[in-house]
Amino acid sequence: MNESIIAALQARFGEQTCKVQVTRDAMPTCWVPADKIVAVLQYLKSDVNMPYRMLYDLTAIDERAYKRAQNGHIHFDFAVVYNLFSFERNDFLRLKVGLRGEYPNLPSITHIWPAANWYEREVYDMFGIRFDGHPLLKRILMPTTWQGHPLRKEHPARATEMGPFRLFDEKVDREQEALQFRPEEWGLKRQSDDSDFMFLNIGPQHPGTHGVLRIILQLDGEDIVDAVPDIGFHHRGAEKMGERQSWHTYIPYTDRIDYLGGVMNNLAYLLAVEKLAGIEVPLRAQVIRVMLCEFFRIASHLVWYGTFAQDVGQLSPVFYMFTDRERIFEIIEAVCGGRMHPNWFRIGGVAQDLPNGWDKLVREFIKYFPPKLREYDKMVMQNAIFKARTVGIGIYTLEEAIDWGVTGPGLRACGLEWDMRKMRPYSGYENFAFEVPTAANGDCYDRALVRIEEMRQSLRIIEQCLEHMPAGDFKSHHPLATPPVKQYTMHDIETLIHHFLNVSWGPVIPAGEAMSCIEATKGWNGYYLISDGNTSPYRVRVRTPSFPHMQMIPYISRGYTVADLLSILGGMDYVLADIDR
Amino acid sequence: MSAGHHWLVIGGVLFVLLNTAAGLIWLERRMLALWQDRYGPNRAGPFGILVVLADTLKLFFKEDWIPPFADKVVFVFAPAVVVASVLLSFTVIPFAPNVLVADFNVGLLFFLAMSSMGVYSIVLGGWASNNKYALLGAMRGASQMISYEVFMGLSVMGVVILSGSFNLREIVEAQKSGWYILPQIVGFFIFLIAGIAETHRLPFDIPEAESELVAGFHSEYSGMKFGMFFIGEYMGITLISAMVVTLYFGGWLGPAFLPPVIWFVLKTFAFIMLFILLRASMPRPRYDQLMEYGWKILFPLSLVNLLITAAIKLML
Repeated sequence: MNESIIAALQARFGEQTCKVQVTRDAMPTCWVPADKIVAVLQYLKSDVNMPYRMLYDLTAIDERAYKRAQNGHIHFDFAVVYNLFSFERNDFLRLKVGLRGEYPNLPSITHIWPAANWYEREVYDMFGIRFDGHPLLKRILMPTTWQGHPLRKEHPARATEMGPFRLFDEKVDREQEALQFRPEEWGLKRQSDDSDFMFLNIGPQHPGTHGVLRIILQLDGEDIVDAVPDIGFHHRGAEKMGERQSWHTYIPYTDRIDYLGGVMNNLAYLLAVEKLAGIEVPLRAQVIRVMLCEFFRIASHLVWYGTFAQDVGQLSPVFYMFTDRERIFEIIEAVCGGRMHPNWFRIGGVAQDLPNGWDKLVREFIKYFPPKLREYDKMVMQNAIFKARTVGIGIYTLEEAIDWGVTGPGLRACGLEWDMRKMRPYSGYENFAFEVPTAANGDCYDRALVRIEEMRQSLRIIEQCLEHMPAGDFKSHHPLATPPVKQYTMHDIETLIHHFLNVSWGPVIPAGEAMSCIEATKGWNGYYLISDGNTSPYRVRVRTPSFPHMQMIPYISRGYTVADLLSILGGMDYVLADIDR
Repeated sequence: MSAGHHWLVIGGVLFVLLNTAAGLIWLERRMLALWQDRYGPNRAGPFGILVVLADTLKLFFKEDWIPPFADKVVFVFAPAVVVASVLLSFTVIPFAPNVLVADFNVGLLFFLAMSSMGVYSIVLGGWASNNKYALLGAMRGASQMISYEVFMGLSVMGVVILSGSFNLREIVEAQKSGWYILPQIVGFFIFLIAGIAETHRLPFDIPEAESELVAGFHSEYSGMKFGMFFIGEYMGITLISAMVVTLYFGGWLGPAFLPPVIWFVLKTFAFIMLFILLRASMPRPRYDQLMEYGWKILFPLSLVNLLITAAIKLML
C-alpha cells in the first residue's frame, strides 16, 4: 500500500517530484518540490484511486540547525510538512516541501482544504513562512505586535535570553492601539445593503466560552452573519518548550495540552518517543495505560456533558457530573497521586505499579456509574427543551467534516464509524472488545449521543482491564526507558552507566522522526517528533483535535442565533489549551 | 377598617415582603444546593441564614458605580421601576379577610397593569447601560413581555367570569364553594407559565441568559442598583405565587385549625418552592422558540379556555 501511493505519485509527476524519505514510524514520506505541491495535493485529494481526503496536519520545521543529513537529501532551510489521511487506505501520507531563504514563500492550499487556513496562519505566525493566495494571512496564536516568529531556531525560548522586560509608554500605546477592533482587519463588512451590523465580542472573558476564547460575532439582530474566533490567549509555547526539555521532562507539559484528558496526552507523546527509541512496552504497562486513559475519557466526557447542559441553561447536571468525575479522580489519585495532571506515563511504561486494592476501587466505580448515566439520560438527553435547543443545530455533513479535519465524536456523529482505537490500534487496544458508537445527523444532539455511548464503552474497556490485568513488569527493561529500571544497576556496569546517564541528562533518543495518532477524548491527537540524536527533541509538533474543530465555527454557525452558537460551542467539546497549546 | 389598622397592615406587608424577598435569596440557595448534591451557604449563623445579612451589607457597601458611557438618569431610574411596580401590585392582594392594603374593585386589572410596568425596568436598564449584551437582553425582555402579557390577561378572565368580579377579595370569597383550580385548570397552567415568564425565571430567563448574554440587561449594574433588580426578581416570584394562590387556590381559605394568614403564606411558599425547583431542573429555550410557544400554543389555548368558561357560565 505504502509503495503503491509513492509509485503512483512518481508515475504521474516523475521520479524527481517524490523523493522518498525513510522514517522511524514507517509512514510513507516524500519530498515534493515547492512548485509541484499544489498539483500533487489536488491529485491526492480528488483524483488518485482511494484518495487522501483529510488534511490531518500542516506544519513546518526549521531545518537550519539540523545537523544530520536526512537520507542523503540536500539541506533545506525550512520544510513545510503536509500530513494527509486516507480513510479508504487507512493510512497517513507525509509530504515535505523543502524551502530555502530567510523568509520563504509557498503557494497556499486553502482552496483545496478549507482546514488549511488556520494551519497556514500558524506556520506563518511561528516560522514567518508566507503562503501566497491565503485569504487572511495574519498571526493566529501570538499577539499581532509580537516581534519575530517563535518556532524559528534563532528566537529565544526563555525570558532570560531576552533581557529585562520594560514597558514604555509608547509600547503601551502601541499595544492598546493593536487591541482596537477594526472589522476590516478580520475580513468583516460593517453593513449590508439594508442594515448596519452589530459586532459582539464573545469573550475572552465570557461565561459561555469555557476558557479564554474570543469570538467576534457579526450580528444582524440576533442572527449570526459571521463569527470569527480569535484564539491564542491560552498559548504557552508547548512546542517551543519541547525543544529545550529533555525527552523525559517534557511529559508533564503534555498533561496540560488537553487538560481534561490527563494521561491520554502522555500516551500520545510517548507512543511517538517509543517509536523513535524502538521500545516495546510490556503488556501490563499497556493495560494500565489503557485503563487510565479510558478513565480520563469518561472524566473528560463528564465535564463536557455537564457544561453542555449548563450552556443551554440547565443548572443542576453539572454538579452531578462533577461529583462523578470526583469519583474517577479518587481512583486516579490512588493510582497516580495526582488528579487532573497525573504525569504518570514514562518512556517505556508507567511510573509505578498499581497500588494494592486498586481493583476494589475500580470495581466499585463500574457498579456505580451505569445507573447514573441512565439517570442523566432522563434528565438531559430526553428533556424536550434540551432537544429543541440541540436537534438540528450546528449540522455538518460527513464530507464537510472530513474537509475541515473534524475527528473524534464529531466525525462519528456524521455516521462514519471510525475510531483510531479500532482502525489503527495502539497500546493493545486490539485486545479489547468494545463498540464504536455513531449517529446519523451530525448535529449537536448527535454529537452528544455519541459521547454518552462512548462513556459506556469506556466502562466496558475498564472492566476488561480489571478482569484481565496481566502480571509482569510495569516498565520496559530497554536501556532508554526512563527513569531506568533499577533492578540491575548495582550488579553490572552497563546498566549502571545507562541509569546514571538517563537520570542525569536524560535519555538520548536516536535520530529520526516519528508520529503518533491516538483517539483522544476530543478527536485525533498526535505528536510528530523529530530527533537529531540528542537529549531533547529537535522539533515537537502537537497536533490537537480542538484546533481544526474551532476553525469550523464560522462555517457551522452562520445563520443561527447567538443562543444557538452556545449550543454549538457546548456540543463541540473543545479545550482552549488544546487549541492554543 | 380604622386608619390605625390600615397603617399597621401597610407597614406589616412592607416589612414581611422585603424580608421575604431577602430570605428567599437564602432559601433558593439552600434548596438549589439540596437538589444539586451540595451544601450551599451554611457558615454564617444557623443554617447559614445570616448570609442574607452579609449579602445585603456587601451590596450596600459596594461602590455606587455608573459606567461613564451610560445614560445616567435612566440608568439609576430603571431598577427602581421594577421594585416599585411589584410593591404596588401587592396593594391589591388580600392576605386574609381583614388584611389587605386596598380593597380595589378593579384589583386584578391593577395587577396586570403593574406587572406590565415591570418590563420598563428591563428595557430602560438595558438601553441606558449602553452595552450590547444589555441591549440584546432588553430586546429579548421586551419581546417576551409583549407575547406573554396578552394571554396572561386572557387566562385570568376565566376566573373573572366565574366570580363575576375584578376585586381580588371577592374572587377569594367566591371560592368558598370550591377553589377555581378545578374549573380553571387550563387557565391556571397558562397563568403560571405566563407568570414565570413575567418574572423571567429559569426556563424563561432569556433576557439575562448567563451563558449567552453574561448577565443580560443588568450586565452593567452593581451594588445596590443590581440589588434592586435582584430583590425585584424575588418579590416578583412572591407576587406571582400569591396571585396564583389568590386566583386559583382559594387565597386565605382553609380548614379552621390554622388562621387564614398562615394558610395564605403556606400556599404561597409552596409555589415559591415550585419556582426554585423549576430553576434547578429546566434548560432554557431559545427566545424564538419561547415566543412561538406563547403565540401558537398558549395564546389560542387561553382563548379556547375563555370561550368554554363563558359558554358554561351562560348555560348554567
